[in-house]
Amino acid sequence: MSDLLKSYRFREERETDWRKLDLILTRAENNGVKALSDEDMMALPRLYRQAVSSLSVARSISLDQNVIAYLESLCTRAYFYVYGTRASIGERIMDFLRRDWPACVSAAIGPTLLATLFLFGGGALAFFLCMQDMDWFWTFHGNSFWEGRNPDATVDYLRSTIYHDPTTTGDGQLSSFASFLFNNNAQIALFAFALGFAFGIPTAWLLIYNGVHLGSMYAVFWSKGLGYEFTGWLMIHGTTELFAIILAGAAGFVIGGAVAFPGRMTRLASARQAGQKAATIAMGCVIMLIVAAILEGFGRQMINSDVIRYAIAIWMLLMWLSYFYLPRRDETKI
Amino acid sequence: MNATVPHAPQNLSRLQIEADQRRRARMLETQRQSKLVRELVTPEGAVIHLKLSTATERAGAFLIDVAIQWAIVIATSIGLSYAMRAMGSGSANVAFAVWLVFFFFVRNFYYIFFELGPKSATPGKRALGIRVAARNGGRLTANSVLARNFIREIEVGLPFQFLMMGGTGVSGWIALLGLVWSGIFLFFPVFNKDKMRVGDLIAGTWVIHAPKAKLMGDIASSAASQALPGRFAFTPAQADAYGIHELHVLEDVLRNSTEEVKSQVALRIRTKIGWQPQPGETDIAFLEAYYAALRRRLEQRMLLGDRKADKYDTR
Repeated sequence: MSDLLKSYRFREERETDWRKLDLILTRAENNGVKALSDEDMMALPRLYRQAVSSLSVARSISLDQNVIAYLESLCTRAYFYVYGTRASIGERIMDFLRRDWPACVSAAIGPTLLATLFLFGGGALAFFLCMQDMDWFWTFHGNSFWEGRNPDATVDYLRSTIYHDPTTTGDGQLSSFASFLFNNNAQIALFAFALGFAFGIPTAWLLIYNGVHLGSMYAVFWSKGLGYEFTGWLMIHGTTELFAIILAGAAGFVIGGAVAFPGRMTRLASARQAGQKAATIAMGCVIMLIVAAILEGFGRQMINSDVIRYAIAIWMLLMWLSYFYLPRRDETKI
Repeated sequence: MNATVPHAPQNLSRLQIEADQRRRARMLETQRQSKLVRELVTPEGAVIHLKLSTATERAGAFLIDVAIQWAIVIATSIGLSYAMRAMGSGSANVAFAVWLVFFFFVRNFYYIFFELGPKSATPGKRALGIRVAARNGGRLTANSVLARNFIREIEVGLPFQFLMMGGTGVSGWIALLGLVWSGIFLFFPVFNKDKMRVGDLIAGTWVIHAPKAKLMGDIASSAASQALPGRFAFTPAQADAYGIHELHVLEDVLRNSTEEVKSQVALRIRTKIGWQPQPGETDIAFLEAYYAALRRRLEQRMLLGDRKADKYDTR
């Protein structure tokens, strides 16, 4: 019919293909790549290119709002599907564990050392202050903290907090304690990462604060001659947990550093680049803290031998160090 | 908008002045809307218009998500308490342990889980037709999704904590200062042109509209198939009475409005173009035929590079 509009004829010729693309996309979005047949996969790029060119033509010849809105939405969906990631969540997790996480951690060795300095610096400061004058402990902790593990406690009481009588504590209590600690620490780790945005200053403060708590507790046990035992009690999970906190701090410093000193990039681009690396490290911290909580809740409460505690602590530390920093074969996988 | 707003002479009637005001308001609104549109050039060289989601929509989506999170947590708590009762008193600690870990994962990984999925949107975002996308038009990587969601902790968690701190005297002042400081993060999306929150900034993402539009029938084609040829013969002057804006309004009326509105619109158009209703002519048939004629005329002019923006656009 010559009476038809040009723009309508244009639409009529292409409509079937648009609808086909729409169908494929809907299926793929709802059920994943596996729902697509080989035929669909072959057709997808062609249909996508056609839709995109239809859109540019439609914009210049058609005044049908609905057609243009439809094509706009179709092309956006198709673009994000065609150029988006199609890796499954399992593949993403494997990539993260095998490559991304250790690579990001080993690349951030400077910030990691800085975070270590802040944590242990704060710890050492508090330790020596408390050793000179135990009143400092109360300044750091306030009253009623840590179930009576304070300078007024007797040596026997302190010793009893380090070792557990397996007959008195039930499994239930251990697991709830572990998950409480995990929840707490993981939230703090994510916080340390997130606060890095403010030039890393709150991150540094958080690290020092944690270090001070640690150092002053250490001083209490040290002054009562329980240094060796306390180290075992702390380090069985501490090598993992403190490492995780240090890495969370390092993640914060990576962002803070990128925002403060963007170099040749714009501040925004620099923050973006650093943010993605730092987020990977922070994600890893959550995993490390899960491991730490298991060690703390179960391992520490059930293993009462100092030697085994030390062995686990050192073994865990070596394992993390080699996982992160040992050079690995370069996989030239795209 | 390439048309200029005409200056109103002194002796114009009040109606016309009002019409001008409406037009000016409409143009401002279009301009405001166009500020939210970003162009994405695909590797094929075609341009796709992405419309950024507004802060209000983001807040709405967030509220829906929070409600869902709470629903999940409460449902689990109830389920666990039943399981506890069935298993006896000793299981309370285990149940609490499970609940705590579960709570942490719901709080932090709810968003990550859904945004890593094929739709790149949480249920709340999906309900409002928005999704997350990489700002450079590339892939939305897992790292970006992690980054933008871990940052949420300071945007929402921090103000909330300062709010809870409260207190009087010095600690009250500290809480207030903290609240103001952390409020900057919370209201960050309102103050930048890309409507990014801090997490988006760090992750290199933004949130865009991804509505699923439906392709409806072409009005012009139904007009052509129903009307007898020559029944609605509009003169060029009649077809030139309106512009693209009015065409789009007419399209909306035909697609979405009630019969009553349609007949009112038909009446106004008939008066404006001086159309004498023929015997047996329905309002719908008239509107569809006029739509087709108007669109044909405007599309012809557009092909020659002449966009008639609206009825005031006379050249």
